[in-house]
Amino acid sequence: MTRKESFEQLRLDNVGRRFGGQDALQDLDLTIRAGEFIALLGPSGCGKSTALNCLAGLLPLTSGSIWQDDKRIDTLPPERRGFGMVFQNYALFPHMTVRSNVAFGLQMRRLPKAEIAERTAAAIRLVQLEEHVGKLPGQLSGGQQQRVAIARAIVLEPSLVLMDEPLSNLDAKLRLEMRTEIRRIHQSLGLTTVYVTHDQEEALSMADRLVVLRSGQVQQIGTPEELHTRPANWHVAGFMGFRNLLELDATRADGGGVVVEGHGLRLTGAPASGVSAGEPVVVGVRPEDIVVQPRDSGAASARDAAGNEVPATVEVVEYHGREFAVEARTRSGLAFHVKTPERVAPGNEVTLVIPAERLLVFPRGDERPPAPALERSEPSLSEVGST
Amino acid sequence: MSTATSRSTPPTGLSRRHRLAERGIDSQLLLLVPALVFVLGLFIYPFLYGLGLSFQPTNGGGAFADYQRFFTDAFQRDTIWKTLRLAIPAALFNVLASVPIAYRMRGRFRGKRLITTLLVVPITLGTVLTAEGLLNFLGPAGWFNRTLQAIGLIDQPLRLINNYWGVFFSLVITGFPFAFLLILSYLSGIDPTLERAAATMGADWKARFRRITLPLLAPGLATTFCLTFVLAFSVFPSAILVGNPTGETRVISIAAYQAAYEQYDYPFASAIAMIMGAVELIVIAVVLVWRSRFYKGATGGKG
Repeated sequence: MTRKESFEQLRLDNVGRRFGGQDALQDLDLTIRAGEFIALLGPSGCGKSTALNCLAGLLPLTSGSIWQDDKRIDTLPPERRGFGMVFQNYALFPHMTVRSNVAFGLQMRRLPKAEIAERTAAAIRLVQLEEHVGKLPGQLSGGQQQRVAIARAIVLEPSLVLMDEPLSNLDAKLRLEMRTEIRRIHQSLGLTTVYVTHDQEEALSMADRLVVLRSGQVQQIGTPEELHTRPANWHVAGFMGFRNLLELDATRADGGGVVVEGHGLRLTGAPASGVSAGEPVVVGVRPEDIVVQPRDSGAASARDAAGNEVPATVEVVEYHGREFAVEARTRSGLAFHVKTPERVAPGNEVTLVIPAERLLVFPRGDERPPAPALERSEPSLSEVGST
Repeated sequence: MSTATSRSTPPTGLSRRHRLAERGIDSQLLLLVPALVFVLGLFIYPFLYGLGLSFQPTNGGGAFADYQRFFTDAFQRDTIWKTLRLAIPAALFNVLASVPIAYRMRGRFRGKRLITTLLVVPITLGTVLTAEGLLNFLGPAGWFNRTLQAIGLIDQPLRLINNYWGVFFSLVITGFPFAFLLILSYLSGIDPTLERAAATMGADWKARFRRITLPLLAPGLATTFCLTFVLAFSVFPSAILVGNPTGETRVISIAAYQAAYEQYDYPFASAIAMIMGAVELIVIAVVLVWRSRFYKGATGGKG
């Protein structure tokens, strides 16, 4: 597996797609360098699959263009782009054996029989399915089907591999395994990959760069670290694990941070982007960045932490193995999601200490954050794995 | 699971009921009774009655005398060939013409309902109305011939009715909607992402159709062919109305009709009907054997 129709870079220029009168994707500008692993991240309906299908050529663009180095490719049909694609439902040919599924693309290229056999065998070996070559897809488990889909896409040594939520139909354990597997294949073959997912953890752990989409618009493009520590707006923050998003008003903004008030709270936070006094803002903080202290134990130590102190009552406690996920409510009725290693019980009076540098303040914009926070409520994978 | 139930032996009545239910035998089966009575009374009994009758020739000569009579008389025997000559091409045409149209019409698009309705309307017409239309349209002084003459394509009107072609057209008009509807539903049962996947693997539309769609559609094609073939094989009204019922379109059902209602020889008519059924079964068996060579499992779509 050495030859490749490689490119230096793939440029998406103002790519847009409308369905009916609706913009599914707007003004996507992105340059993909050879060898990169790009994740398109966003909630369902955000336009990430649309972007992928546009790249694959399965959907025509309504605006913009796609360039492979100096060659315009958005006018080419999918079969002439030479990209490999892994579909969400795998789309294995049900009437063909694993071997024929993998060999299909090579046969379409009219390669010599011996080469087809050799490369098919190599791809199947790569995904460790040697003993299943003669089976039909219907006889395989979900994870095995997934491997066939990957083998089928990479056997062609495509210049770009597109993956549309390939792990979303697998159970949690298998998903973690396949994550590593995909990353390994990407690295060992020097592939360029565009990976669509709605799972922020998956995107953060696998990708070199992330593109966060919302309602068809790009919110932020950056490395996992950039997105994790400096989300561009509260939408991205909500997707990056800032489960506590509160609507407040900025009352002071200066070198020492931003002071925000509302709901009976007065907090100091760090501005994530230009915030001026008097502006409505959304503040975000991750559950794991909040420290829980029992009300009576030395209030002095809390003051030393230079944090914001919020008195609250514990309402819900979920056991997550190493830690507890706690929902605590302030006197004014605001709910805070907190993670703590301390055992607390519902009804306990506690003090939530929020470090000022971990409280990010975003301009509110036109929309309001939804009352319940954005992150899904199930425990995330790493926590399940760590138990 | 079954070992667990057999090892523990609770009160026998209960466990027996569970075991039966596991094999699908429970009180819900009673719901089948009306249908069963219906099938027995209106299908099985008349069939067996006819079968028995066919072995009791009016003129004696042994149980198989009527069958012998049919196969030794060229005038009767040829009806098999004449009917097959109509039914097989008509069924083939209906199936093959439906495939590209249904293929184009799989997706959703504006006006799909209208087009489907137009294609399906002939079902509602009935054979006699179709025959009337054909007589007017394709007759020597019909629009079709007049148009061809007007644009100078032909000098003499084409003979398109009261012969083989009249019946063939009639079979296509009445059989096509069935074939089209069936094939459309088979095609929409094939997951469209399969073809998209094939496209990303470098297959052009011809290869996609030949390697993906066609193999998955083959069982549907076989079923559709069988159904339209059976419909066409029992052709009767149009063989008389737009055909040449004494010559080239003297189909097997005409032979059976004449035996029953012109000669009042019910046993002979029954024998002809049995032969008719046997020929149909042979053709269907051939098609199903061909079909069994193809993949028969799920096609990934909504099925």
